[in-house]
Amino acid sequence: MPKPLVRVNEFVVKFANINGSGSASANRLFARAILRMGVAATPRNIFPSNIQGLPTWYEVRVSESGHLGARGGVDLMVAMNPQTWDKDVASIEPGGYLFYDSTRPIPAQKFRDDITVIGMPLTALCNQEYSDTRERLLFKNIMYVGALSALLDIDVAELEKLISEQFKSKEQLIAANVHALHLGRDYAHKHWSCPIGLRVRRAETVGNRIFIDGNSAAALGAVYAGATVAAWYPITPSTSLAEAFERYCKRFRVDKEKGKNRFAIVQAEDELAAIGMVIGAGWNGARAFTATSGPGISLMQEFLGLAYFAEIPAVIFDVQRGGPSTGMPTRTQQADILACAYASHGDTKHILLFPEDPAECFAFAADAFDLAERLQTPVFVMLDLDIGMNERLTEPFQWRENRRYDRGKVLHFEDLDAGKEFARYLDVDGDGIPWRTYPGTHPKYGAFFTRGTTKDAFARYTEEGAPYVENMERLLRKFETAKTLVPKPVLHRASQESRFGALYYGSTSPAMEEAAEMLAAQGITLDRMRIRAFPFDDSVKSFIDEHEFVFVIEQNRDAQMRSLLLIECDADPRKLIRVLHYDGTPITARFIAETIAEKITFSRVVPLRKALP
Amino acid sequence: MTFLPKPKLHHPELPRNALGLTRRDYEGAVSTLCAGCGHDSISAAIIRACYELALPPHRIAKLSGIGCSSKTPTYFLGQSHGFNSVHGRMPSVLTGAYLANRDLIYVGVSGDGDSASIGLGQFAHAIRRGVNMVYIVENNGVYGLTKGQFSATSDLGAKSKKGMTNRDQPIDLTGLALELGASFVARSFSGDKNQLVALLKAALLHPGAAFIDCISPCVAFNNHPGSTKSYDYVRAHNEAVNRVEVILPREPITVEYAPGETVAVTQHDGTVLQLRKLAADYDIRDRAAALAFLAARRNAGEIVTGLLYVDPEAEDLHTHLQTVEAPLNELEEDVLCPGAKALEALNQSLR
Repeated sequence: MPKPLVRVNEFVVKFANINGSGSASANRLFARAILRMGVAATPRNIFPSNIQGLPTWYEVRVSESGHLGARGGVDLMVAMNPQTWDKDVASIEPGGYLFYDSTRPIPAQKFRDDITVIGMPLTALCNQEYSDTRERLLFKNIMYVGALSALLDIDVAELEKLISEQFKSKEQLIAANVHALHLGRDYAHKHWSCPIGLRVRRAETVGNRIFIDGNSAAALGAVYAGATVAAWYPITPSTSLAEAFERYCKRFRVDKEKGKNRFAIVQAEDELAAIGMVIGAGWNGARAFTATSGPGISLMQEFLGLAYFAEIPAVIFDVQRGGPSTGMPTRTQQADILACAYASHGDTKHILLFPEDPAECFAFAADAFDLAERLQTPVFVMLDLDIGMNERLTEPFQWRENRRYDRGKVLHFEDLDAGKEFARYLDVDGDGIPWRTYPGTHPKYGAFFTRGTTKDAFARYTEEGAPYVENMERLLRKFETAKTLVPKPVLHRASQESRFGALYYGSTSPAMEEAAEMLAAQGITLDRMRIRAFPFDDSVKSFIDEHEFVFVIEQNRDAQMRSLLLIECDADPRKLIRVLHYDGTPITARFIAETIAEKITFSRVVPLRKALP
Repeated sequence: MTFLPKPKLHHPELPRNALGLTRRDYEGAVSTLCAGCGHDSISAAIIRACYELALPPHRIAKLSGIGCSSKTPTYFLGQSHGFNSVHGRMPSVLTGAYLANRDLIYVGVSGDGDSASIGLGQFAHAIRRGVNMVYIVENNGVYGLTKGQFSATSDLGAKSKKGMTNRDQPIDLTGLALELGASFVARSFSGDKNQLVALLKAALLHPGAAFIDCISPCVAFNNHPGSTKSYDYVRAHNEAVNRVEVILPREPITVEYAPGETVAVTQHDGTVLQLRKLAADYDIRDRAAALAFLAARRNAGEIVTGLLYVDPEAEDLHTHLQTVEAPLNELEEDVLCPGAKALEALNQSLR
């Protein structure tokens, strides 16, 4: 047997549970206690499209060095689900640990001899302690957290504190949970030598960071940005964004005196209606958004074209997952890049923002509303399930006290009354952005008729070719203006000059950073650029130009960002090398590092032209 | 075809309404529909209704889907913002616009293809949400712009211009609107302008989802013998249940009818709908009875017109959502943004 793993503050614990067994809050308690000890811990929920019965996992990566991406592999498996036992046991690293419920005997051949096995008769202990079935189920979870706290040397005071915060003043519940916690902890202390080789030691790596999921962060950003109309249709993994918006609105947006809402949320009949409402509200001068996922984006296509051509602000949060409708709705991907960038028929291009974590979900959500109104066009905030639905340690949210909303070019009553000229689609400022008016502004001036492209610069009906071309050219100029307004890419130069570059975006970020360290340790250095928006900043093209090869790291099969780069930056396809991870699990540092190392080695022995991309 | 502006000159003695505006101030661009199209009569009725009610044109928003009917908002209320949106999706755009600003008057113009075929879902949901609007379907039972295909309101057995017979069941949008909870349901005929103007006025003043199904013959593709939406057919089968007279809160009631002949419905904004009953047994406040009446008369081959149902206590979407009185599009940072301090407190709770 290999030596049992000995690791302090750097390991992965995975809980294998059954959906609907109440394990989620116990597992969350476990992760938060580690965070409270000042050690970075990143949980990832791996769940099925199901309410009860199917397997679900909760993976916690403990990393004092601050790696928040998925690592791959498991050091301690908490195997609570007989359905997935074989796979779960097989996934443990050699020298790792297996914690399981030993109430029912499990045949010897179901174990491995290269891991440490810790069996605790959880069901038996619970049945002995509790008579109520529900209590037996729920406290079993708390009991294993208690046992783990002993095994991993987690400060029990932090756990107790979290329990009392969770149940606030419900003394009875607090006492019952703390009791179950200690039952588990005491059992562990009595039966095993604690801690095991894996342990948590108090540290100072969390700092003032906060712990929240990206969907909630984006919803809060929308509240701060002054969104008043939200129209949506339930779809995993975006539903919790709309629900969080409602939660924050109830907290921050109710006129306390009159009990009236300063927001309107409509659960639409489908995604078509949802985006239709957003466009109607945007046309009428309210900040409006919808939250959806890939299948919803597909349904919205016709409307997105209208919004692009009619120049109506709209914000769309796309929390990406696998496609199509029965396509891994609970698994993560970055597979809507092209569907969003060129959404709809005709010549259209849209603005995309790629947040890397909850802090950017908040910031980009707020920016998206300014951009949508400034540029009078749809803006997509491209989250994915990995950052959308998982809590993540992230920088605290920031809001400049006197930040004003950029409502864009709008002529108000006073402007029109003073005789300011109005032509809805005329480029008066040379930036491609025309002026607009809200319906109902002035009795005599400023009314216009909104339609697609059969119009001239004065919004009068025409099917002539020249005004059409003129309008389409102006829309291109507007897209150039967008380039100057969207978030710039973030460049990380390698410690020494490198002929290799890496382009990546969104939730891939922490895994990429860690992979770069792993590669550097092998002597492979990479300059890295994190794309944060489309249209691409000019520096993206220069980054490609100045490197011999650029790896494009993505979580989809078809290298969609690479295609977008080829089209928009006119890049040499032989230079852009695909690094693709798309099995529905979050991309890992190990995967990136191994793939890049392999491709570089390969490129050294085979003539470049044949080997790449 | 490009935009045709209408000359703004008019007779100096043209009568003016309470706002000092003439009927011409409610007109739009010159229509590009076929000569004799029923839709042009509806546009004229909308112009007259808005003029007579002295509605400020700029406070009206007109929205439409796609099709001949949906082109018409260009031809009336030139001083109003208009939105020619997506086929069958006007209801959602109108709903969103209404959410943003509850103070404007919303006129949704659609056709039978736009509402009963491609847009049936959005029609249903906008009605059941109680969006405060006037939803007019200019119903000619045929696709005009694509030259004569049947629509979902084409009657069973109706003959197309090319001689085809429709074998699908028709959708009666008034019946659907009643089922879905519309608080104002009417049917009219573009050839009966007096009835239509009165119904439009009542609908414009109704504080909830008002639906008007207006039979509007297509002279190009559905006005031949064998059609059930031709001028001749509708005139021959039109059975009006009542005549409506709208009385504003500020106006004295001048119309006098013999007792028993009329019924007055007071809406909660004070407007009175004075109705001269033509069908003695018809109660316009009884939804179930209206449905039964419609079904019975349809079986008898009649096209029932008039105000079919009204709920004087109608509630609208904003009431359900408990939104503030001020239009949402007028709210600013001071009430919308919780500010830096609240954010710091929130950050603290997430540690």
